[in-house]
Amino acid sequence: MSAKKSHKFYGHGIPRIKGEDLGGRLIVVEGADGSGRSTQIADLVQWLETSGRPTVQVGLKRSTLVSEELEKAQEGNVLSRTTLSLFYATDFADQLENLILPALKAGFIVLADRYIYTLMARDMVRGMDEAWLRNLYGIAPVPDAVFYLSVEPEELVQRNLSKNATLDYWESGMDLGLSRDVFDSFLKYQGAMQNVFKTLQKTYGFDIVDANRSVNSVTKELRKKIGALLEEK
Amino acid sequence: MKTFAESNFPGRLIAVEGLDGSGKSTQIYLLKRWLEAEGIKVYFSEWNSSELVKSATSKGKKRELLTPTTFSLIHATDFADRYERHLMPLLRAGYIVLCDRYIFTAFARDVTRGCPPDWVRGNYSFACAPDLTMFFKADLEVSLNRILEGRPKLKFFEAGMDLRLSADPYESFKIFQGRILDQYLAMSKEFNFVIMDANQNVEDQQVIVRKLVSEKIDLKKFKRRSPLPLPPALAGEREGKDELEDKAA
Repeated sequence: MSAKKSHKFYGHGIPRIKGEDLGGRLIVVEGADGSGRSTQIADLVQWLETSGRPTVQVGLKRSTLVSEELEKAQEGNVLSRTTLSLFYATDFADQLENLILPALKAGFIVLADRYIYTLMARDMVRGMDEAWLRNLYGIAPVPDAVFYLSVEPEELVQRNLSKNATLDYWESGMDLGLSRDVFDSFLKYQGAMQNVFKTLQKTYGFDIVDANRSVNSVTKELRKKIGALLEEK
Repeated sequence: MKTFAESNFPGRLIAVEGLDGSGKSTQIYLLKRWLEAEGIKVYFSEWNSSELVKSATSKGKKRELLTPTTFSLIHATDFADRYERHLMPLLRAGYIVLCDRYIFTAFARDVTRGCPPDWVRGNYSFACAPDLTMFFKADLEVSLNRILEGRPKLKFFEAGMDLRLSADPYESFKIFQGRILDQYLAMSKEFNFVIMDANQNVEDQQVIVRKLVSEKIDLKKFKRRSPLPLPPALAGEREGKDELEDKAA
């Protein structure tokens, strides 16, 4: 970890920030609700910090600047798609500049519980232009690794229901009007999201992890891959 | 970038741009009063005024949480909200929409703050170009004097203090406004700005504004078909009458 490793940005990046100054590691875990993302991240934090490596965690809708307002706007479902998209980008940018970049500069391991790919996929399923999104998220640094925890929609339904006894409005894509039945809509929406992730995988080359398996086998795979990554100079 | 007319919208959008203190807000207000009096369907929209985004923006400004990137994105969010919820439906419905500042304000300010020009323009590429953009160009000194005359308390971002141009807010404001003016002038050809001489007196300028608008837009096409709604008291009376007539029928 002492070896300094620079980072690239997907596009222009952030004014006055140089990729060469960004050491550390940026590791992203992507996946739907119920894919085991949070469980796996909690394990990784524990594992890394026990072995003496400092970590910082980020995720969606956690910025000081707009998270509350974004939550409120979403409750009422009053924002149009471009507005919601830009609101999420603001939330991402605030965490990027206040948490991710300073942590990388200091050589920390940043664990991102979802990243720009979920934001892009959600918008693409809603018909937004991919080139527009790519320009918008040109501010994002290229991670050192992205793990997409892939779970079949049927399995996701089971996990979400056993945890919350209900399906989330947004995770079911109810705003899209795919079906008035939330169960139906959830399956269709998650299927569509997986297809978009497959398309994005071709551009961004992330590692697809079969997360239909037990928590332990996914943990083992992630630790092995991240361990190898940290060995690299 | 296509205009609303080129994109086959029935409505038309007129924007005014310029530095603070250039008098553009007065001019667009007088334009609005005239169009209303002519019985034209008109709607006025101001930069940075979306109710939904307001609390986040003011928190960001008050606590000085904004960077050039988040400053740009939060204003884009504000604009998108007004664009999607108000401007689009009104322009579809054949309104004349008047905008006190449009996307060019972001192009000028955000680039002055150091954001890459094509990133900013790309983010706003969902918006059509105005059918008429009037740029109010006053001498920098005139604009500065109008604003600074009363020695107002300049706000942090308004004075461009985030750019660390000077420790003195007034000095910083002057440098910042000068750079924004340069940005505006650099894009004025590309975006077909009609340059207005904002050093002239208000009345003379308004004559030119009205002339420009009526040359550019066939105003009689934008008249309300039905008369304007009556004031509330009279409206109540009319509704009551309609009800009686309904019953009779």
